[in-house]
Amino acid sequence: MILFEWLLDPANWSGPYGAPTLIWQHVVYTLAALLLASAIAVPIGLYVGHTRRGEFVIAGAANVLRALPSLGLIVLLVILFAPVFASDLAFIVPSLVVLILLAVPPIMTGTYSGVANANRAAVDAARGMGFTPLQVLLRVEIPCALPLIFSGLRGATLQVISTATIAAYVSLGGLGRLIIDGRAQNDYSQMAAGAILVALLALVVDLLIEFVAFATVSRGLTRRGTNRFSTVRRLLKPNRS
Amino acid sequence: MIEFQGVTKLYDGAPAVRNLDLVAPTGKLTVLVGPSGCGKTTSLRMVNRLVTPSSGTITLDGEPTDRMNVAQLRRRIGYVIQHAGLFPHRTVAQNVATTARLAGIDRKTARRKSLDLLEQVGLSASLAERYPWQLSGGQQQRVGVARALASDPKFMLMDEPFSAVDPIVRGQLQDEFLRLQREIGKTIIMVTHDIDEALKLGDQVAVMREGGELAQVATPRELLVRPADGFVADFVGRDRGYRHLGFAPIDNGLKLASEPVVQLGASPAEAAEAAIDGWVLVCDAAHRPLGWTDIARLRGPVREDDLNLSSTLAPMDGSMRELLDAALSSPSGRGVVTNTDGTLRGTIALGDLGGILAPLHRTGAERHS
Ligand SMILES: Nc1ncnc2c1ncn2[C@@H]1O[C@H](COP(=O)(O)OP(=O)(O)OP(=O)(O)O)[C@@H](O)[C@H]1O
Ligand SMILES: [Mg+2]
Repeated sequence: MILFEWLLDPANWSGPYGAPTLIWQHVVYTLAALLLASAIAVPIGLYVGHTRRGEFVIAGAANVLRALPSLGLIVLLVILFAPVFASDLAFIVPSLVVLILLAVPPIMTGTYSGVANANRAAVDAARGMGFTPLQVLLRVEIPCALPLIFSGLRGATLQVISTATIAAYVSLGGLGRLIIDGRAQNDYSQMAAGAILVALLALVVDLLIEFVAFATVSRGLTRRGTNRFSTVRRLLKPNRS
Repeated sequence: MIEFQGVTKLYDGAPAVRNLDLVAPTGKLTVLVGPSGCGKTTSLRMVNRLVTPSSGTITLDGEPTDRMNVAQLRRRIGYVIQHAGLFPHRTVAQNVATTARLAGIDRKTARRKSLDLLEQVGLSASLAERYPWQLSGGQQQRVGVARALASDPKFMLMDEPFSAVDPIVRGQLQDEFLRLQREIGKTIIMVTHDIDEALKLGDQVAVMREGGELAQVATPRELLVRPADGFVADFVGRDRGYRHLGFAPIDNGLKLASEPVVQLGASPAEAAEAAIDGWVLVCDAAHRPLGWTDIARLRGPVREDDLNLSSTLAPMDGSMRELLDAALSSPSGRGVVTNTDGTLRGTIALGDLGGILAPLHRTGAERHS
């Protein structure tokens, strides 16, 4: 079983290049990128969705950033930043920037369309009964937008987790190390381990987000009983087919 | 009191509402009615400033609305929108409590209030924890009405609140709402494009025509008897002569014939003895009319199958329209009149009705000239 050889070797599960460290690094980069991307994308999405001003920004940004050549950009940024930053930052910052740029469009689009498509009659009623604009946003538009915000977040997360792999090209840690080092050493077992761990990590994080969505989105929106969140439901109630 | 003074709204230079002068008196229900696109919704939404007038003033109890804080203004006015506009992510009880919470009422009181209101609009408390998508259109509209009432506003704006339902449910909702309004006496402006609804509910009806002009403001009865022009006459409809009887109460001194009745199970001989002109009225044990029976068709004791159910009943506290209809729909030609508790009071022959209707017609004609 060459596929699992690396994973099954206890020596690979400790130390600075052991799997736990690499997974941890991968998770940290992913989280940092998602947090920073959300900090940019969510407010813009909310603002444009609520005011309907600057809708072209959403479409434009999504199109431009989707066509982004991730690896090329990382390398370019490393070259540009190398003189500016001392130490590891010269590698970390470019990689993070690219990951953030990748995560912004799905989160921004999800937030924007969630708010823009919030039930118009409900929003109108809220304004008519004397909600302030901020109350309309917080109490009606955002709760109604949550399903789409979460789906944007899931899209972004998958992108970031997989792209964080190629960031190892510029000596960023994370699970990409296994693939790159494995390739360099012709160690296919190590490469396979990297691929498997990345896939597993993506799956686990995706489930985690689905679970948070399950817990926070109102049942009035999910109309639970239809197919949404079926995965979570199956996990929670394994006896149900 | 809500007052429009020379209010105009232009969209791209074209008037949606033109120079509207209208007073909605305190405690009364004013209905705005007119064909589609004549500016009813626009007029309504200018009151709570969801639409800004191009010119003119709207006052609330004499106070111009354009000088008020807009959120405060809206909180003083209950607003019911056409398709209810319930918050999909909140339960029915939470939806209703919204306006009360906005008015600063604490959570517990607001919840108690919302449950009370649900009952008042005729919804069972078992719906309180449901979400809007689990309700029928008619139930959603009732929740919308309850939500607007929960802050106990002095003023209400209602935009086609009973439109999304079939005629039978609509009738029920209207009846319930009239009963409620008699209790609470709010100052209401209601929009509809259904003239029957306007005539049934309005203390005062404002008819608007295309281009946002007011054609006539009058009581429902006056609208039927004295339409201001051809447009109003057309809009009010062809059978207005008959319909205005709906506003004439039945005279308490109305002379009724006493009608001999039988109960279910009576023999053909008993039925024949009680019958007048071949028809006998069948009542239940409590003396409530069930229907007429044709004794010529009777083949044994009177059964439910033998009842002719075509006739309507006129309650004594009903209108002359109901009385006339009871007589017209009765196979025996005798209209059945009941007491308010549903028991038989007596009957009146179609032929005798002419004499009762004639004076009504005369008053109508006099007011005309
Ligand atoms: N936001 C807007 N922009 C431009 N024109 C508008 C706008 N809102 C309404 N109008 C126009 O103003 C006129 C009156 O519209 P309004 O919605 O008040 O009609 P309505 O009487 O409520 O009709 P309906 O019975 O169909 O609801 C219409 O001709 C409509 O096209
Ligand atoms: Mg309208």
